[in-house]
Amino acid sequence: MVTTEKPDYKVVGTRPIRHDGVDKVIGRAEYGADIRLPGMLPGAVLRSPHAHARILGIDTSRAEAHPGVRAVVTSADFPSRQGEEGEVGRADNVLAHDKVLYVGHAVAAVAAVDLHTAEDALDLIDVQYEVLPHVMDVRDAMLDGAPILDEKLRTANPDGSQGDTPTNVAQHIRYEKGDVEAGFAAADLVIEREYGTTMAHQGYIEPHNSTAYWSKDDEVTIWTSTQGLFAVRDAVAGMLGLPVKSVKVEPVEIGGGFGGKIPDYLSAPAALLSRKTGKPVQLTMSRKDVLEATGPTSGTHLRVKIGAKRDGTFTAMQAWMAYEAGGYPGSPMGAGTMCVFAPYDCENQLIDGYDVILNKPKTAAYRAPGAPASEYGAECVIDELAEALDRDPLELRMQNSATEGTQRADGFTYGPIGHEECLQAAQDSPHYQSELSGANRGRGVASGFWFNIGFETSMAAQVQADGTVPLVMGAVDIGGSRASAAMQLAEALGIAAEDVKPHIVDTDSVGFTFLTGGSRTAFANGWAAYECAMDIRRQLEERAATIWDCAGEDVSYGDDGVIRGPNDEDGAAQEFSFKELAAELPNTGGGIVGRADVSKTSHGPAFATHIVDVEVDPETGKVEILRYTAIQDAGTAIHPSYVEGQMQGGASQGIGMALNEEYIWDEKGRMVNSSLLDYRMPTALDLPMIDTIIVEVPNPGHPYGVRGVGEVPIVPPAPALHAAIYDAIGERMRMLPMSPTRILERTLPDDD
Amino acid sequence: MSDKIIVSATINDEPTDMLVSQRDSLLEALRAAAGALGVKEGCNDGNCGACSVMLDGRLVNSCLVMAAEVEGSEITTVEGIADADHLHPLQQAFLEEAALQCGICTPGFLVAAKALLDENPDPSEHEIRYWLAGNLCRCTGYDKIVRAVQQAAAGTT
Ligand code: FES
Ligand code: FES
Repeated sequence: MVTTEKPDYKVVGTRPIRHDGVDKVIGRAEYGADIRLPGMLPGAVLRSPHAHARILGIDTSRAEAHPGVRAVVTSADFPSRQGEEGEVGRADNVLAHDKVLYVGHAVAAVAAVDLHTAEDALDLIDVQYEVLPHVMDVRDAMLDGAPILDEKLRTANPDGSQGDTPTNVAQHIRYEKGDVEAGFAAADLVIEREYGTTMAHQGYIEPHNSTAYWSKDDEVTIWTSTQGLFAVRDAVAGMLGLPVKSVKVEPVEIGGGFGGKIPDYLSAPAALLSRKTGKPVQLTMSRKDVLEATGPTSGTHLRVKIGAKRDGTFTAMQAWMAYEAGGYPGSPMGAGTMCVFAPYDCENQLIDGYDVILNKPKTAAYRAPGAPASEYGAECVIDELAEALDRDPLELRMQNSATEGTQRADGFTYGPIGHEECLQAAQDSPHYQSELSGANRGRGVASGFWFNIGFETSMAAQVQADGTVPLVMGAVDIGGSRASAAMQLAEALGIAAEDVKPHIVDTDSVGFTFLTGGSRTAFANGWAAYECAMDIRRQLEERAATIWDCAGEDVSYGDDGVIRGPNDEDGAAQEFSFKELAAELPNTGGGIVGRADVSKTSHGPAFATHIVDVEVDPETGKVEILRYTAIQDAGTAIHPSYVEGQMQGGASQGIGMALNEEYIWDEKGRMVNSSLLDYRMPTALDLPMIDTIIVEVPNPGHPYGVRGVGEVPIVPPAPALHAAIYDAIGERMRMLPMSPTRILERTLPDDD
Repeated sequence: MSDKIIVSATINDEPTDMLVSQRDSLLEALRAAAGALGVKEGCNDGNCGACSVMLDGRLVNSCLVMAAEVEGSEITTVEGIADADHLHPLQQAFLEEAALQCGICTPGFLVAAKALLDENPDPSEHEIRYWLAGNLCRCTGYDKIVRAVQQAAAGTT
């Protein structure tokens, strides 16, 4: 680890075994699909075979008459469709209303005595479609005369105006800073390139699932693998037309999300089926459903142009980016435009982004949403500039790096950030210092940026008489956040992490908590845990003052967990350890609960720099990764093992996106590779060990300096691999994934 | 229902009768009829390894085995790896090495890794990666999983 300077923490920075670990290694942890309720019925979802069609009619009577079928629902069963515009639950996406907009779009759902019966019944639902022309390429969808998905859609323009003709372009965003024309005129060298990326899926191993029970008094309970218990509650209440208090979402373990389990697809149909049957209903997706009908990240088309002086100074940066939103507006274009040049300090910038609907699944957030595509374009151009200027690529980045005080094109000005520290750590790393030799081998580097976010978190911690502390929270734990919250509470109370027991509870049992995503959880949970601890400390000081019969201000709670009071009558020091005072609580006024409701905006941005060595097989086009090092500013690493794990996992998803993963469509708009054999994510055999260097430039906006770590490591792999492949074989691969097929197109001699 | 049959097998050392439909997979039977919910479904077509179990000493994807085929078999799932008092060294190593994030792949990895160590107690890194290539993990990048298997093999947990 590269650490600037850090207080002497006792718990923060250690590596305790996570509190929820044992349940997960013995098979006892309860994930969404493991929910079993008395009388529960399984169900299945009918999906569109067409990429674009109008629904003329749905006849469910044959399915309803099928033995074993208990209920069938369609969009007509929604009591309201208020949730229509929401990102979490869009009624039209959950059950298509008048049109289907992509292959896999849900049309109806069936509950039956067993899953096979429910699946059989899907074939008995008669849907009459009028098939419409479809559009699958983002540039085609932007053309005049393209098939229009939504006649009512008008472009929201950067100046706040609205377009006046039907279009597939939902939004155009522009960020401008300085004068790019003047900046390019002042440059000695200008490089402009086009890039493309394809849809890629989050690829969580657990398919989506939801179990719902609609009771006779119109109270709905939901168990679902989601990144946001409260987000699902609010979206489902909206779609079902119920008051929020009538929907309760229970916590279950979640088998990966990466942004893709923010939207909810199954809870509302399961609830509608439950209302019709009077039984709990469980819906689970197949892997094919997951790939075809849940949010991948956008494919994109990008143009990036950067000008530089002969001495390497960037004089102007410009980007034009079109993002596929899928069937409904809402690609991560907005974040992509803010991220594209975020690691750099340049006076003159112009960034245009377009959110474009087309006949593909509605995209969802995917780890640093929007950033891997846009920053890939920018970093690849920077690699070309470094080559043309004969400069070390890390050094050129260092020369132009954003630092404290740099203002991005979107107007945000950085506080203390760690991009330069990451670049320096990369420069000094054993990996970068090593020699790489051999035919078809190459090395590449790239940087990445992600915002991280804050938002609402609620927690409560109760001090037990034996000095242990259950901690209740509302943020789903997707990969170690119970442990990091418990550790930060323990640090603030001066007790052991093992004495805290973190619990995630249902939406009625804790205050509103925003979803687990945006790299916010360690940051926001940490703030809430810290505030809970401060609340407990205040109350324990008061209690000690009562016991010692002294003034409150004469008692102080030390960071070592010792509560000190004034000397007693004999002049002897009076103090309690945390456990001693906890033992006094029952007889001195009862237990103590510390509470916190925080909503912080003091999150700190994350930067990362990755180094990769590859060998390209010219016969097969396969890229083998020989060595990989991920460097990242974590602010403060609460549990370094889980920080490393995020860096390694993010890097491996970025590697998959860079080298293999893509959606392949036939001419009818059907995904032809919707299995985990053909949608090829990295296996253990595809990757080497992923070395990590954690840089710690503490975030001044957090009690322990946390920035958030989850997302940024997915950003640098694609451009770093682009540079490494170029170094190995002299080909600039400007379309992701840089798959064997695409590499062979370059390396094989032309036959004709 | 008429198409149901009873399949008797020994699951984690317990003789168990499972009432299954003829078209149920072993994965469905283990989860629904035997209550072995530690066996996970990630793909239902043999491509993720989340449903890995030992069937008569052989590592299989339970989603690719018909339940009706396992009459009289010995099956071990993740629930059967630890003994009453202790975690298996692999389970301990997974905890110490932080080899899980979301944990959905963990049961399959543990069963597969145990099968490897039973056969080859001292595997190289390459052998571990080769053996575990049938188990997908999307969270960890495999680094810490491979290290956990190495640690368990070295007997240092
Ligand atoms: S569920 Fe059996 S291999 Fe994926
Ligand atoms: S820990 Fe989440 S898939 Fe492996």
